[in-house]
Amino acid sequence: MNQLWLRQITAVARLEVVKNLFALRAAPLYLLAAMPIFVVGLLYVAMTFGEGPSELETAGGTALFFAILYQFILRFVIYIGCVWIFMNLFRGEVLDRSLHYYFLSPIRREVLVVGKFVSGWLTAVLLFLGSTLVTMFLLYANLMRGPELGQLMSYAGVTVLACLGYGAVFLVIGLFLRNPIVPALLIWLWEQINPFLPALLKKISVIFYLQSMLPLRVKDGPFAVIADPVPAWLAVPGLLAFTALVLVAAGMRIRHMEIAYGSD
Amino acid sequence: MSTSTIVFENVSKFYGEVLGVNRVHLSIPSGITSLVGPNGSGKTTLMNLVTGLLQPTEGRVRVLGISPGNPEKLFRRLGYCTQYDAFPKGATGRSFITSYLRFHGMDDSRGKELAERALERVGLVDAASRKVAGYSKGMRQRIKLAQATAHEPDVLVLDEPLNGLDPMARAEMIALFQELAQAGRHLIISSHILHEVDLISDQVILLNEGYVVAEGNIQGVRSEMDDRPLQIMIRCDNPAVLASRVFGLDSVVEARIHDDGGGLLVSTKDPGRFFLMLNKVVLDCNLKIEAVSPADDDVHAVYQYLIGNEGEKP
Repeated sequence: MNQLWLRQITAVARLEVVKNLFALRAAPLYLLAAMPIFVVGLLYVAMTFGEGPSELETAGGTALFFAILYQFILRFVIYIGCVWIFMNLFRGEVLDRSLHYYFLSPIRREVLVVGKFVSGWLTAVLLFLGSTLVTMFLLYANLMRGPELGQLMSYAGVTVLACLGYGAVFLVIGLFLRNPIVPALLIWLWEQINPFLPALLKKISVIFYLQSMLPLRVKDGPFAVIADPVPAWLAVPGLLAFTALVLVAAGMRIRHMEIAYGSD
Repeated sequence: MSTSTIVFENVSKFYGEVLGVNRVHLSIPSGITSLVGPNGSGKTTLMNLVTGLLQPTEGRVRVLGISPGNPEKLFRRLGYCTQYDAFPKGATGRSFITSYLRFHGMDDSRGKELAERALERVGLVDAASRKVAGYSKGMRQRIKLAQATAHEPDVLVLDEPLNGLDPMARAEMIALFQELAQAGRHLIISSHILHEVDLISDQVILLNEGYVVAEGNIQGVRSEMDDRPLQIMIRCDNPAVLASRVFGLDSVVEARIHDDGGGLLVSTKDPGRFFLMLNKVVLDCNLKIEAVSPADDDVHAVYQYLIGNEGEKP
């Protein structure tokens, strides 16, 4: 790690991860990350003390976890978590009036964008991958063998990529727009109606590419438009390329950014 | 392009339709340069242009030959103590400085060494482990100074650096600025306190409503204002006699005995002629002269003449 820019990215990420995880602003993130664990805990209690054979001990456990991951963790917890983390990376600094400390450092602004993005991604992965793994463990610990172990790797991979894709989107929205809440809501709606969009429009979303990497096929109901999923070998580099493109756009934006706290 | 000065070439900055600064041409050498002007005159805009926090609408700025759009080079040689009073959340005095030094690519041991030196310089070693959020206004000002100077830059830009400091700390900071200037560094300072500006500045830049109205050595600026009579204070044993003699001179516009009765304040439009006549009067009347000194070639007077009543509460 002799390259200066690598050391600078590390320094920024180190500082930011601590801020992301331990500031008061992080409290909603912990609540979000705890939600799937809480939901599964309730299910566990209900099924353990309920009558009849526990669904967790059957193949239904796999489908149940899939539904929780797809409908709840991916489409709600990680989405909202990434909105909170990545929009605050720059927006939060502007509101706190502390962005100038970075701008007065001997760091290329593009390097700063990468450092901040890495910190946001690490924060999201720590919280939401941790939450996904604990949820999975709670839900069917006794099935954690054979094919389910392979699914664990898929779920982990999808979680990590979701943090990357959504993170890139919200980083750039936080840089370009003063009030990012409305676009965040619109994008959430877009992601929700993705199953019902024509095949071409489906591809303009993060969730479509994530679906391709899930271990089970998503069933979106009778009104969903069927489209061939993108193969994983294309979806993963596609998401990585998309992230890189968004970071380039963020770098171009921040290069011309001025400090004018008074107007925010 | 000079690599030893800070240069503004026809620089203008507009915030939408609001003027920040307009058509600024400056070449700032090493030493202490003070920016003086009322609120909204463009002092902070100039400083933010030097440091790249703002980009000029027109013209260009170079700091020792470096563009402010090149932060990786610029901030190795420049430190900026801003007026913004916010700090990164959760930072202690020490971590505030060391985390900044890490951005320079320094390893932890070198960073700690420089941070300790900077903390000693501003007298905050004992409070360095406390959170900045709990600091007093004066301590926050000093920790910002420590951070701006920690990497020992060639150029220091200081926006109201003495705000919130007690008299002892002010004196220490002024001594520090003078020491840095004597070592050949560039210091650009904005201040509201004109007598302190007078005390420390090698040159001043007077700003009003976004325009540079005067720049240079303050005595030089004053001598160029030939539409304003020069005021001269003559301390002598018999100011009344002196007053009666000089009052009739063509070159004298006004003569007034000082409130303490120990001197005469003379206003003249032709100082050269006046001093020749003064010698004659002194010899004729056998007066004992204690001191002859200009009374309005300080920043305050020049400010009053050029900027007006706003100068009383800049």
